[in-house]
Amino acid sequence: MTDIRLEGLTRRYGSVTALDGLTLDIGGGTVTALLGPSGCGKTTALKLVAGLLDPSGGQVLFDGHDVTDVPAERRGAVMVFQDHRLFPYLSAGDNVAFGLKMRGVPRRQRRREAEAVLERVGLDGLADRHPAELSGGQQQRVALARALILQPEVLLLDEPLANLDAHLREGMRELILDVQRERDLTTVVVTHDQEEAVVLSEDIALLFDGRLHQHGAPRTFFEHPATERTARFFGAANLVAGRRHGDRVHTPLGSLRVPDGTPGGPDVWLTVRPERLVVGDTPAADGQHVQGRVVSSAFLGTRTRATVEVAGVRLTVDVADDALADVGPGSLLTLGLPAEALWTVPREATAGPTPRAADELGPVAASADGTVTSPPDRRTQP
Amino acid sequence: MTAVDARQVQGSSAPAGVAGQPQGTGRSVVVGAMLLLLLAPFVPLVLASLAEGYFFPQVLPDRWSTRAWRIVLDPSGRTWSALVDTVTIGVAVMVLSLVVAIPAGRVLGTRRFRGKRVVELVLLTPVLVPAVAVAIGIHVVFLRLGLAGGIPGVVLAHLIPATPYVILLSAGVFANADLELEAQARSLGASWWRTRLHVTLPLVAPGLAVAALFGFLVSWGQYVLTLVIGGGRVVTLPILLFATASGGDASVTAATALFHSLPAVVLLVATTRVLGGQGFATFGGTR
Repeated sequence: MTDIRLEGLTRRYGSVTALDGLTLDIGGGTVTALLGPSGCGKTTALKLVAGLLDPSGGQVLFDGHDVTDVPAERRGAVMVFQDHRLFPYLSAGDNVAFGLKMRGVPRRQRRREAEAVLERVGLDGLADRHPAELSGGQQQRVALARALILQPEVLLLDEPLANLDAHLREGMRELILDVQRERDLTTVVVTHDQEEAVVLSEDIALLFDGRLHQHGAPRTFFEHPATERTARFFGAANLVAGRRHGDRVHTPLGSLRVPDGTPGGPDVWLTVRPERLVVGDTPAADGQHVQGRVVSSAFLGTRTRATVEVAGVRLTVDVADDALADVGPGSLLTLGLPAEALWTVPREATAGPTPRAADELGPVAASADGTVTSPPDRRTQP
Repeated sequence: MTAVDARQVQGSSAPAGVAGQPQGTGRSVVVGAMLLLLLAPFVPLVLASLAEGYFFPQVLPDRWSTRAWRIVLDPSGRTWSALVDTVTIGVAVMVLSLVVAIPAGRVLGTRRFRGKRVVELVLLTPVLVPAVAVAIGIHVVFLRLGLAGGIPGVVLAHLIPATPYVILLSAGVFANADLELEAQARSLGASWWRTRLHVTLPLVAPGLAVAALFGFLVSWGQYVLTLVIGGGRVVTLPILLFATASGGDASVTAATALFHSLPAVVLLVATTRVLGGQGFATFGGTR
C-alpha cells in the first residue's frame, strides 16, 4: 500500500509540453485510471511515475518520500506496457523470472516462483514456451506475471486491455482486479477508453492536452460531468443548448427544472444520458415530459437505441427492454425528463453551431461563472 | 542514396512476390543467377591453378599439375605468414571499428537530430574518395608519426574505409531492434549495465556480427592502403597476390587468388547460414 502524490509534474519534449503541471493524489491500494485521448500526456505521466522519464518539473512522492531522482530499477514501481514487451529470446518462464534474476535470486528458486506466478495468471505449464508461441492474451498475462513476481509496491499498467479481443478482456480485467485486491497494490492504469477506465478503476483522472481536466469516481463522469468536453468524452449523446433561469433551463424542448448546483453560468448545455430518459405514456414522477417523433431505432443486442426528434432537437434514447419494439419511425413518443436525470455543463456563447431552435432564446451574455475548476475549453467533436 | 531508398528500389525491381520478397520459382531463378554470377569467375581460376601451361584459346588445360598449389601451400612459403598478418589486421580492424560503430550506430539508428544527413554523408566520404588519394595523404602523416611500415599503421589506415561500413550497418541493426525492451528491463529492476548485457546485447548481437564481418572483409581486401602505409614491409594476402601476379606465373597467381578469396567466401556463407537469412533482413537502413 503506497500512497502516490504527483506534484506539478511537467514534461516537455523540445517546445512541446506533453504533461503540464499534473498534481494528483493516488490512494494506496486503489486503482486509479489516467484517462484521455491519445497525446493527452497520460503515458508520459505513467513513465514519470515509473521513473522511465525524467520530469522537466515537479515531483513524484511515494508515501511522502520524494522519489523523483530514484532510478526506475530501484523505485519499486513496475510498469507493464501495452505491447507486452516480452523478451523474444527468453521463454515465458525466463521472462517472468527476469526481475528475480536481476535481484540475484538463484536459478532453481526463480524457476519455482515463476511457475507459481504463471499458475496464478492461468498459464500453468507454459513456462517453456517462447513468446512467439503464445497468443496475444497469453503474452499479456506473462507480462503481468513478470511484474507480479517482483511483489511491487506500485503496479503501472499501460492500456492493459487494449490489445485483447472482447472475450479475453473480461478475464484479464478480473485477473487484474483480483491480484490487485489480494496484494493491496496501488495500481495506475492508463487508457484512452472510458469504458476500460470505468470497469477497472475506483478513481479516474481525465487528462486533456497534458492537463488534469476532471478527477473523481467513475460515476461522476457520466452523471455529473464538469464540462462539455468531459460529457462528450464519456459519450454524452444529448447536449441541448439552453439558458439558465433560476432552477430552470430554457431550451427548445421547453423550460425544464434541473437539480440544484449544476455547473455553468447563464449559458449551458443541458445533458441527459440516453438511458435516463423515461419512455412511455406514464409520465415521470415529477411530470416533466416532452413529445417527439421517432426518426429511427435499432436493436443493439442488449438494448434498443432510438433517435427521437423533439422541437427540432434530436435526442438519443436507450431502452433496456422491448418498449420500443413496436415503435417504428414516424410514431409519436412521450419522453419523461425527470429533473434528477438532467445535468448542465457550461456553454460558451461563441462555441460552434447551436441547434437552430436555441437561437430563439435571444442574445446570450458571454460570461462563464467560476463553478468549474478547469479552464473553459474549446468545443470538441462528439 | 540512403539505405531506405535502396530498399525501396530493391522492392520495386523484384520480379515476383510481395514487398520485394520473390516467391517460388521466381525466387529460385534469382538465387541461381546470383550464385552463378558469384561463382563463375572462380571456374577459370580453379582450372588455371591446376594447369601446367594454359593458353588462349584452350577451354581446358593440356596438362594438369599440382605444382602451383604445392608452392602456395608450402609451409615455409610466404603464404602462411601473409595469412597471419591479414587475419591479425582484419581482426583488429573489426574490433576497433565495432567499438566506434556500436555507440555511433545506436545514435544514428535511433535518434533524429539536426544535421543527421550531413553526418551520414561525412561517414560515406571515405567510401567515395579514391583510396590512392587517401593513402598518399595519410602516408605523409604516418611517416611523421612513425606509424608507416608497421601493422598498427596499416590497421589505422584500414579503419578509414572499414568504419563507415560498420557504422552504417550497425545503425540499421539498432534502427530495427526493439529497444523499448530496455525500458521494460529497467522497470523490472535491471541496472543500466545489466540492461545492456541481458537485453540490448541479445537483440543486436546477430546483426552486429554481420556488421563486424563486413569490417573484417573490407580490411581483408585492402591493397592500396596496405601497400602505401605498409611500405612493402607488411605483406598481406592482397600484397602477395599482386606480387605473384607481376611475377608472371599464371598458375601460382590463380592458386594465390583462390587462397585469398576462399576464406572470405566460406566466412560469408557460414554467417548467413548461422543467421538463417535473418541477418541481412535486420539491415533496414537508418530511421
